[in-house]
Amino acid sequence: MEKAIEVIGLVTHYGDREILKNISLSIPSGKTTVILGGSGCGKSTLLKHLIGLLKPTRGKILINGKDITVMKDEELDEVRKRMGVLFQGAALLNSMTVSENVALPIREHTRLKESTIQIMVRMKLDLVGLSGFDNFYPSQLSGGMKKRAGLARAMALDPELIFFDEPSAGLDPVTAAGLDELILKLRDVFKMTIVVVTHELPSVFMIADYVIMLDMGDVIFSGTLDELRASDNPRIRMFLERRPEKETYSPEDYFRIIAGD
Amino acid sequence: MPSTTENLFGLIGRRAIPILKDINDAARLINNTFYWAFLSPFKGKAIRFRASMSEMVKAGYSSVPIVATISLFVGIILALQSAYQLKRVGALIYVANLVGVSITRELGPILTAIIVSGRSGSAFAAEIGSMKAAEEVDALISMGINPVRFLVVPKLIALMVMLPALTVFSDLIGIFGGFLLSITALEIHPYNYFQQTIRALLIKDILTGLMKAWAFGVVITIVGAYQGFKVEGGAEEVGMRTTASVVASIFLVIVFDLFFTTLFYYFT
Ligand SMILES: Nc1ncnc2c1ncn2[C@@H]1O[C@H](COP(=O)(O)OP(=O)(O)OP(=O)(O)O)[C@@H](O)[C@H]1O
Ligand SMILES: [Mg+2]
Repeated sequence: MEKAIEVIGLVTHYGDREILKNISLSIPSGKTTVILGGSGCGKSTLLKHLIGLLKPTRGKILINGKDITVMKDEELDEVRKRMGVLFQGAALLNSMTVSENVALPIREHTRLKESTIQIMVRMKLDLVGLSGFDNFYPSQLSGGMKKRAGLARAMALDPELIFFDEPSAGLDPVTAAGLDELILKLRDVFKMTIVVVTHELPSVFMIADYVIMLDMGDVIFSGTLDELRASDNPRIRMFLERRPEKETYSPEDYFRIIAGD
Repeated sequence: MPSTTENLFGLIGRRAIPILKDINDAARLINNTFYWAFLSPFKGKAIRFRASMSEMVKAGYSSVPIVATISLFVGIILALQSAYQLKRVGALIYVANLVGVSITRELGPILTAIIVSGRSGSAFAAEIGSMKAAEEVDALISMGINPVRFLVVPKLIALMVMLPALTVFSDLIGIFGGFLLSITALEIHPYNYFQQTIRALLIKDILTGLMKAWAFGVVITIVGAYQGFKVEGGAEEVGMRTTASVVASIFLVIVFDLFFTTLFYYFT
């Protein structure tokens, strides 16, 4: 298995709070890897480290064999040009139209002619099914359309590596399935390495080749979908079978908690 | 008593560390802004020219009416106030000197800077702050676009050009206000007033005023951007930071004014 990303001994903090507790994992290239885990377990935090937005307390993050945690800004920007990110809230620039948003990375990083850029932008918008919305502002789009526009922007420079933070959260099942299909297409047609953070199970079973599961800042599983289904780890079973966490307090403890001491 | 000393140092530390961090953040922002504005263009990373132009229109052109009105009124007020004293010694013509010098050296730059702090400084903080809250700044970084170069430098260029320009305009209108009042209410002959103003004004007075205006432009941009980048939470914090940026930039503009005025007093 060829590795696109390798994380070794990553420890991260927000202030004094430890979020990721010495995790190691690797992400295969040319495949779709899903990072699973309950709310607040540190998925978005991990993603922000993978794209170099946050610096870890300790540990290495190798992308194509190079450690991004020790890179200078200029080197890091070179790496970033070859990756695309779709943020949880799409993060389109609100002061620009959809086509300007998609054109932005192309304008900033290449010296192509304006007519060429226009063609590239139209191709990307067509790919995500947003032809004809070129001149709309992000505030005039629905949530699902924003995500698709964000995806078009993430793909503008034909990256080798693309990250999605909860692509289908807050979308209706039909739109979510459409987005999943698009993700499959990216892998099959463009041979991209795709990393998806999600907790939507139907989506996981549709798109994942490889699954990494986080729980309270630790990696508790990594392997293929079949291995995930066969796992007998109770935390994983709980997640897959959508069982709530057990009531762990005794009545006396509960009383003490709500009484506040 | 070790525990008391410990507490004391703990207290000082808890107060001082965030302040040191703020100073460090501000210094980094200033450093980055100047790097991307003045050094990187020579390394092939050009300034965003069109964005700078549109910031100039927003910050400069749109402030013209309010700067004009306030400068006109202040010119009139200044003429009235000085006439009140000069009339007694029969030196009414010196109204022209007083109005001309105090407007070009002091009131033109500072009034313009205060108006621009309120209009543009707050707009910078609000714009960058809401982009930070909506992960737009993170998105820029993830695309390999430096947010300081993308967002702050065009604003800096705009204010470095527009604040001196607005100040010249404010000087002219302010002097015109004094002129209007003097030739009507004070019955000074227009030609005499004009001659007296020309004689009173030194190039030096106008230039020091413009240098101050330039520095105020830098201060207002940095304060607005700094407060904007500080936003971590949501919309509520954007509002708070916007207010803070206006207060801080007016305060710093006056501090810098004091500094420059002292400097010019001794060295020109
Ligand atoms: N900017 C921040 N400052 C301090 N703590 C933070 C910050 N961002 C996240 N955290 C904390 O880090 C932990 C992990 O957050 P993270 O956003 O990575 O969770 P997540 O797994 O993406 O959750 P979700 O599925 O709900 O998006 C949370 O407990 C959160 O309280
Ligand atoms: Mg998240």
